[in-house]
Amino acid sequence: MQHGLSFDVAHLLAGSLVLISFMLLYQDRMLALLNVFAAQAVVLAASVAWQAHIQEAPHLYMTAAIALLFKGVAIPMALRRIVRRLGIHREIETVVGVVPTMLAGMALVALSLVVMLRVAAAANPLAREDLAFALSVVLLGLLMMVTRRNAVSQVVGFMSLENGLILAATGAKGMPLVVEISVAFSILIAFIVIGIFLSRIRERFDSVDIEALDRARGERR
Amino acid sequence: MITALVLSGIAAHLAVSVLAVILRRHAAATPVTYGLSAVVSAFLMAVALIRLLGGGGDDPVVLPLGIPWIGAQFRLDALSAFFLAVIALGGIGASLYAIGYGRHEPEPQRVLPFYPAFLAGMSLVLIADDAFSFLFAWETMSLASWALVVSQHRDPANIRAGYVYIVMASAGTMALLLGFGLLAGASGGYAFADMRAGTLTPTTAAFVLALALFGAGSKAGIVPLHAWLPLAHPAAPSHVSALMSGVMTKVAVYAFIRIIFDLAGTGAWWWATVVLVFGAATAVLGILFALMQDDLKRALAYSTIENIGLIFVGLGLALAFRGNGMSAAAALAFTAALFHVLNHSAFKSLLFLGSGAVLAATGSRMMDTLGGLIHRMPLTAFAVLVGAVAISALPPLNGFVSEWLTFQAVLLSPDLPQWDLKIIVPAAGAMLALAAALAAACFVRLYGVSFLGRPRSDAAAEAREVDRWSVGVMLGLAALCLALGILPGLVIDALAPVSEAMVAGRLPAQATTAWLSIVPVAEGRSSYNGLLVFVFIAATASLAALVIHRLASDKLRRSAAWDCGFPDPTPATQYTAASFSQPIRRIFAAVIGARERVDMPPPGDMRPAAFAVEMRDMVWDGLYQPVASGVSAVADRLNRFQFLTIRRYLTLVFAALVTLLLVLAIWP
Repeated sequence: MQHGLSFDVAHLLAGSLVLISFMLLYQDRMLALLNVFAAQAVVLAASVAWQAHIQEAPHLYMTAAIALLFKGVAIPMALRRIVRRLGIHREIETVVGVVPTMLAGMALVALSLVVMLRVAAAANPLAREDLAFALSVVLLGLLMMVTRRNAVSQVVGFMSLENGLILAATGAKGMPLVVEISVAFSILIAFIVIGIFLSRIRERFDSVDIEALDRARGERR
Repeated sequence: MITALVLSGIAAHLAVSVLAVILRRHAAATPVTYGLSAVVSAFLMAVALIRLLGGGGDDPVVLPLGIPWIGAQFRLDALSAFFLAVIALGGIGASLYAIGYGRHEPEPQRVLPFYPAFLAGMSLVLIADDAFSFLFAWETMSLASWALVVSQHRDPANIRAGYVYIVMASAGTMALLLGFGLLAGASGGYAFADMRAGTLTPTTAAFVLALALFGAGSKAGIVPLHAWLPLAHPAAPSHVSALMSGVMTKVAVYAFIRIIFDLAGTGAWWWATVVLVFGAATAVLGILFALMQDDLKRALAYSTIENIGLIFVGLGLALAFRGNGMSAAAALAFTAALFHVLNHSAFKSLLFLGSGAVLAATGSRMMDTLGGLIHRMPLTAFAVLVGAVAISALPPLNGFVSEWLTFQAVLLSPDLPQWDLKIIVPAAGAMLALAAALAAACFVRLYGVSFLGRPRSDAAAEAREVDRWSVGVMLGLAALCLALGILPGLVIDALAPVSEAMVAGRLPAQATTAWLSIVPVAEGRSSYNGLLVFVFIAATASLAALVIHRLASDKLRRSAAWDCGFPDPTPATQYTAASFSQPIRRIFAAVIGARERVDMPPPGDMRPAAFAVEMRDMVWDGLYQPVASGVSAVADRLNRFQFLTIRRYLTLVFAALVTLLLVLAIWP
């Protein structure tokens, strides 16, 4: 019964992550997008903490704390400041319409489930479901990066992709803390670099639409 | 211990290479580098001979380098020792020669550092005992020789030669890499010992054969992979040409033997047909092209292709006999091939060094600007004559012995059970006979046009004999050619452990045969005595000279020669290289793609008549050009991917990921 409960809760949390990824896909306002992203980070932290509890791996609490602190609070706040300062909080941009994006997202989730069922047929069901959800989150994050034009939402897509990686990493037993911390820090560094680039792009082109970059390179789409 | 000695010799080569970099501006750099290279080569020669003649264990050495769980493994077995001796022989000759010849080098600092590294790379290939070390050494050899090919970089032709060479060398290495991958199998046993222990399915083994033939053949110059060789070998300085042609192609032969005879296990009998067909085609086409060249060094390079073909025919025969369990016949064919390896490295080194001497003395390597050099450079002319006779396979020199042994093996083919082989082997033998005859014509032409007759240019008329080092080395190699021809029994006995290891059979010991004869199969069947032939030729020639001198010399009258109606004959009226080869060019016009155009003005027209020969290498047009244009077309298409938008790049990555996942999901 204990096993059943722990399995269900883990399933619920991981499933919510996928759901929030879908929500990210159809957000068309910057600030709403950031809010949803923060929510995803909070759910991720909860999921990781639950994994720490059922795996009896205290170092995972650390990972949960990092996720909550950085991705749930610090990064969304910083991004919100950037958005405000750049004055793009009203901007809407998608390359592909919402409906095709959502359909593609569903296909991706189905694909990742099929793949995981085949590949990890021998693994225990908990780890397998976890991996399937994690892969879905990664793919949805990538899909978001592909379908958006604004640099800020690409950053969000990238961060959400990384959430999927953390979910996968914590689902697997015995992943050393060092790996998780280094992943977290590399994401942080990436965020800083991208943030700097964002302001540079803004200064130069008066916009964070990445197509401005392409125009600057003298290309047509 | 003995492998460690070889490794220390290779390290010494590399140290000399570093020393050459340090000394590069110094006047003493040339003699010091080449002198030390010769000393190290002599040391390696001694080690190789100790292993080959003295026997002893293989003595593997594992260094903690390379791939972590394999290490860098080295081993000197009998096969390696034989090839190491061949390389060291070429190394000693070319190094000593270059002490004198290197003085003509315009930019020695472009040659000196790479020369010892080249020797080191070749030696390292031979003792490598795992795929990683082997390929590493192989690439060291390729890159060092590439640097030597482009050392005279002011000539755009050399740069082009270097480009073609590096492309072919990379493709060959790629093939070898894949071949080793197949041999290692899924378990990844990259040590040669693991490969030997493994078994291959027939399909895998066939792929290994194809890849080995491509990888080693592209380095050795098997037709149709030979196109780089006549460009690259002549482009290097002459002593390096001697090494590349005489020695590096042998390293490629070694690679083929190591993979096919040693690592791939006992193959199917039809392997032999593939090797025989390629070998025979290589021999005939190589020598046909050699006959058409006006450039001394290029003709020699094409002749190398012919000899490689001959060696591969020998190896093909050995495969045929081994596949049918006829170990004595296999040993005969295998020994013949290895003997030819040794012989070719001796006389081809000699001939390239001779062409270097001609180049140094006259500044030209085009035959049509030479002529009459026998009067100006008698010692060089004598040495090159010996080399030319040897490579034309005339007794009593060494070329004859190995070709004779090959033909002895061909004559054993009726014992083979397969009808395919019964037909192909004699056909290959016939091709070899054709190649041998054409080789004689080629070297009569080469020697006659360059050294005999009257000088065709002022440079040739004022040529001077080259320095003592060069002449000494050339005469030494000529003496070696004679010695190998007179004492073949010693070589055959030395090769016995090699053929024992590779084809599980050996020729009967020749040391006990009376009067230095060799008896490869049985006394009643065939035997050859080089000493007797030599003594006979020497005696009859001396006798004839004596008789002529005694009886005819005092009848000598001096008068004006009949001038055929041309009162002031210019040297241009002599036979030229092109006119000498014209009959053969016409006969084989379809094979070599030669077209003659005669422009004869009608009577009354004052313009001069013109004659032009156009030669098109069909391999180049039919194989290389389509491949090259295909690659560049694909590259042009792919070039567009350099200029995508950021989002498109992301989409590309995304699409690739999803595709791979789909494959994973659908894969049965």
